[in-house]
Amino acid sequence: MSDRPHPVLIGIAALVYLFLMLPLVIVVGAALSDTTYLTFPPQGLSLRWFQNIFEISAFRRTIVTSLQIALLGTLIALLIGIPAAYALNRFRIELPKWLGTLFVLPILVPEIVFGFALLKSLTVGTGAPIFLSLLIGHTLIVLPYVVRVISASLASFDFSIEEAAISLGSAPVKTFFTIVLPNVRAGVIAAFILAFITSLNDVSVSLFLTGPGISTLPIQILAHVEQFFDPTVASVSVLLMFLTVAVMAIVERTLGLTFLAK
Amino acid sequence: MTQPLDINAVSAHYGTTKVLEDLSLSVQAGELVSLLGASGCGKTTTLRLIAGFLAPTSGSISLGGRDLTRLPTHKRDIGLVFQNYALFPHLSVLDNVAFGLKQRGIGADERRKRAMAMLERVGLAPLAERAPGALSGGQKQRVALARALVIEPPLLMFDEPLSNLDAKLRVDMRVEIRQLQRANGTTSVYVTHDQEEAFSISDRVAIMNAGRLMQFDRPEVLYRRPANTFVARFVGFENIIPLKVVARDGDIVVAETAGMRLRLPQSLFGQIPDTFLLATRPDGLVVSTDPAAEGLSAQLGLRTYLGRAYQYQCETPAGHLIANGSLTTPLEAGTNVKLVPMPEQCTILAAEDAR
Ligand SMILES: Nc1ncnc2c1ncn2[C@@H]1O[C@H](COP(=O)(O)OP(=O)(O)O)[C@@H](O)[C@H]1O
Ligand SMILES: [Mg+2]
Repeated sequence: MSDRPHPVLIGIAALVYLFLMLPLVIVVGAALSDTTYLTFPPQGLSLRWFQNIFEISAFRRTIVTSLQIALLGTLIALLIGIPAAYALNRFRIELPKWLGTLFVLPILVPEIVFGFALLKSLTVGTGAPIFLSLLIGHTLIVLPYVVRVISASLASFDFSIEEAAISLGSAPVKTFFTIVLPNVRAGVIAAFILAFITSLNDVSVSLFLTGPGISTLPIQILAHVEQFFDPTVASVSVLLMFLTVAVMAIVERTLGLTFLAK
Repeated sequence: MTQPLDINAVSAHYGTTKVLEDLSLSVQAGELVSLLGASGCGKTTTLRLIAGFLAPTSGSISLGGRDLTRLPTHKRDIGLVFQNYALFPHLSVLDNVAFGLKQRGIGADERRKRAMAMLERVGLAPLAERAPGALSGGQKQRVALARALVIEPPLLMFDEPLSNLDAKLRVDMRVEIRQLQRANGTTSVYVTHDQEEAFSISDRVAIMNAGRLMQFDRPEVLYRRPANTFVARFVGFENIIPLKVVARDGDIVVAETAGMRLRLPQSLFGQIPDTFLLATRPDGLVVSTDPAAEGLSAQLGLRTYLGRAYQYQCETPAGHLIANGSLTTPLEAGTNVKLVPMPEQCTILAAEDAR
């Protein structure tokens, strides 16, 4: 018996990677094509379709809107989700079981239905501004992920550590920030990234909540491909990928470092 | 700095279940008191009440005359040592120990100095910069101890601090804990389910059962003179025989059960009531093959080897008893013998206490 993985295993792993990477390769390739239509493999190399994104004002605007919504929605979801996950785990015995389930409900409802319900109740019902409706909608769809991921992190947290800190003279709220939060850092980072990406890529809920003048990037992409078949959508996708990776890197860095600095 | 702790008629509930009933306990300044009892009897709950993690439904707790009952935990100034160490995983050993000092607004240099001095005392100064995850169980518990001691609290509490350690280390650590506690003269409450541990390190031991205090006394008294059948069985008085007094002759009381007559000097036990229970450990019953011996007729059952003696399960008219017999003459199952109680190794209990 050796520690080296079996060749068959390596083969399967390679196939899985190929399967995962192939669409990305195709998209990147198509984005770099010099043609006026979407094609793979690329014919000629050019960055003109990347340039084109910024020449179309709708793309410029929706990229900014999408980033704003994703960032704000994620932050709000964290502000609600972290205390909720904390309470659910800290008082697991005392709290009723269904309370935890409450936070998963938005995932259980088909997103289309959820989006439609939000449209009816928010935009139509209260006449809330489109941006606000979008923000609330996105906050609600990412909240379950935030609560889930941070709960998973807190499930392995030993709350007697918190009690030790309190017994040593640290007030409970302060203890939450100096002791509990640093120990679920990985969970907070994971929740941030997952929520951000979910929001940035959301179509179904946004479809209902976007309106005149305000849209999100995925909806704009949808609108674009209905009219044009040029490689712009591919280059937007590549841009979206890079944005996501950049945000992940920034979050890892800043959130990681703030916590380390206590 | 050392202060007495008073627990006054405290009751506690989790939801609607009562877990502590009317518990009163006074720990003198500088004393180490153990709470001893089976798992689930309410020891941890008692600690949590004193620490303030749980509020009593009635009664009060005071430390050095200061009422703690309404004070939040972080203002109680109590050093806690947990079973699972509860070290801060994201802080170094030194920062763990310095944490309480930081909360007290002590400057970085002074903090470091005091934390290092404390680590020195528990023999861990060389590991000050390590992460807690990189320590052994015994080392972790030493850090936890240093962390609790460095704030010089008027009260130290331990919740089964040694039960995650192996047997040899447990014995070493309990001596170490006792020495540190003595040297600082800190009033301490120590929770354990291990009788030997409780008896060996405590000034006094509180034996608990189902949320009630059964007896609170010095280990020597608990060991020799349990106050009720629960404590008697708990400390190893496995044979409890009901007896009736048939005659009194000065100091000597003659009592009888199932054909056995016993002569007990009252000077040994104090006033003996007309009906009572005689309790002995297996060592307190002599196994005699002399049919004329004055004792309980018994038939021997299973024999087990204890190293220092043979132990016999015995059937007698007074019920199932356990006796230890000599190593030189092992007896076979089925042998008819007499079990002779040795008064010096017996204690008496009130009969109405039988449960
Ligand atoms: N958080 C809780 N909620 C409900 N019941 C509890 C809780 N903690 C402990 N109990 C119950 O209270 C009783 C006493 O528990 P505890 O004080 O932890 O016992 P010990 O420390 O002596 O083992 C037990 O019956 C236990 O099941
Ligand atoms: Mg316990």
